[in-house]
Amino acid sequence: MSPDDLQALGTTLRLALVSTLVLLVLGTPLAWWLARTRARLRPAVEALVALPLVLPPTVLGFYLLLLLGEGGPLGPLWARLGGGLAFTFEGLVVASVLYSLPFVVQPLQGAFEAIGERPLEAAATLGAGPVDRFFTVALPLARRGLLTAATLGFAHTVGEFGVVLLVGGSIPGETRVLSIAIYEHVEALDYASAHRVAALLLAFSFAVLAVVYGLRRRR
Amino acid sequence: MSAPLDVSLALARGGFRLEARFTAPAAGVTAVFGPSGAGKTTLLRAIVGLERARGRVAVGEEVWQDDAAGRLVPVHRRGIGYVAQEPALLDHLTVAGNLRYAARRTRGGRAPEEAARLAGVTGLLGRRPRTLSGGERRRAALARALVAARTLLVLDEPFAGLDAPARDALLADLAGLVRALGVPVLLVTHDLGEAVRLASHLVYVERGRVLAAGPLAELLARADLPLARREDAGAVLEAEVAAWDAAEGVTTLRAGGLALHVAGRHGAPGDRLRARVLARDVSLALDPPGRTSILNVLPATVAEVHEDPDGPCVLVALDCGGPRLLARITRRSLRRLGIAPGLRVHAQIKAVAVVAP
Repeated sequence: MSPDDLQALGTTLRLALVSTLVLLVLGTPLAWWLARTRARLRPAVEALVALPLVLPPTVLGFYLLLLLGEGGPLGPLWARLGGGLAFTFEGLVVASVLYSLPFVVQPLQGAFEAIGERPLEAAATLGAGPVDRFFTVALPLARRGLLTAATLGFAHTVGEFGVVLLVGGSIPGETRVLSIAIYEHVEALDYASAHRVAALLLAFSFAVLAVVYGLRRRR
Repeated sequence: MSAPLDVSLALARGGFRLEARFTAPAAGVTAVFGPSGAGKTTLLRAIVGLERARGRVAVGEEVWQDDAAGRLVPVHRRGIGYVAQEPALLDHLTVAGNLRYAARRTRGGRAPEEAARLAGVTGLLGRRPRTLSGGERRRAALARALVAARTLLVLDEPFAGLDAPARDALLADLAGLVRALGVPVLLVTHDLGEAVRLASHLVYVERGRVLAAGPLAELLARADLPLARREDAGAVLEAEVAAWDAAEGVTTLRAGGLALHVAGRHGAPGDRLRARVLARDVSLALDPPGRTSILNVLPATVAEVHEDPDGPCVLVALDCGGPRLLARITRRSLRRLGIAPGLRVHAQIKAVAVVAP
């Protein structure tokens, strides 16, 4: 691979890693709430989380571009903070988190729901308060779901294209990721380079999915 | 003696209404007994705090719930040892890990090693819950509950789903265990034999309501409760072993002013035990039966007669100069012998079962 592509690989891994961490920190409590709440708001929140599954990435990318750019409705805010997030690495992280949210929240929610009330009730009678129960019972019992969520979130971030194109553009070392690199190679009719990067992504995605399904089998 | 367990709870869910009001002693075993679907488990969960009912619950000096005063102690601060009908062990920990989980969160609880010994799971400590049999799971959950039970031990159908040998072994162990325990025990069961074996107090629940609560022997001797219409209705006597006749193989028990002879050896003279005389094993005669093979024939006075509108039999409560006995006879016998309160009769007892210890 060319130095440019290696740099794109680095940017991709960095983006996927940071996004996955943010996704776990935000997605775990959200999934926990969705798994246990009886609020009437729940279906609406679930639909919102699932939206990236059905929307063309360009729709999400378009709105994010408006929101994160200095010309958008949040423009005055960005001006005060010293610049918008459009076409920056941070902007890409925000976009990736939103785009990959269902891939993290849904397996986690399923894992939390599968635990059921009984182990949590047992822990309560043993003297464990709500926070204690979450960390010592819910998380350990949902560890497979947690692993699945992290893997899918990471892989899905690596594989995104449309949102990145709109929100990030292609700034080397900042927002130029592998999927963009392939696109540019193809546009330049450099099929050999496109092959190398595409094959890498293909192998990576297959390996990740094989690991996820392997985890599921072991239940 | 500290203040007793005091419960007054109401809950409505769907078509089911729970209205429970009872007190129970602060020591010993109280059996919550009633037919399946009576709401026993719901009542138990409401007392523990896993189900939100309205009312008041106090154990000893601790008031767990008092809605009138706006007080509600969360479950994890109540110090309860709870064994659910389907014991919920924490699957990600070993049995020892489950016991330690409870120990770390309970101040003044029982040590895990002691609890494991009492419940008979010392050999299972390194095992994962998923690898245990039903009986082993029950015992592991019991051990964990013993660690956590600072104020109350709650057992919901501890013998459900166990095969006969596992059930008998656990029953025997529990009978010994609960006597030595410093906290009151609430035991839910739909098996009267289990209640008689383990409990000294009875709360009778039917269709979500507590119909009667009191000392077990007293309740079981009442002819007016639905309990008396059961096939296995009968009196339970707190007795003391008076003598053992080795030549003939007969033990003599004394309960109040009553002397009962039981085949076989039971305990040693001076031992306290519990004997059960089923109503269907007691027949009545107007004249002394003279020579008979029956070991126990007691002169008695008819105290009450309760007809069962649905069946051919009536229940007769008898005063025999000691604890009351119950006899079940046919309505035809009742009429032909002219049995009515005040009549002097002879009670012939065909069988006495020694149930505890």
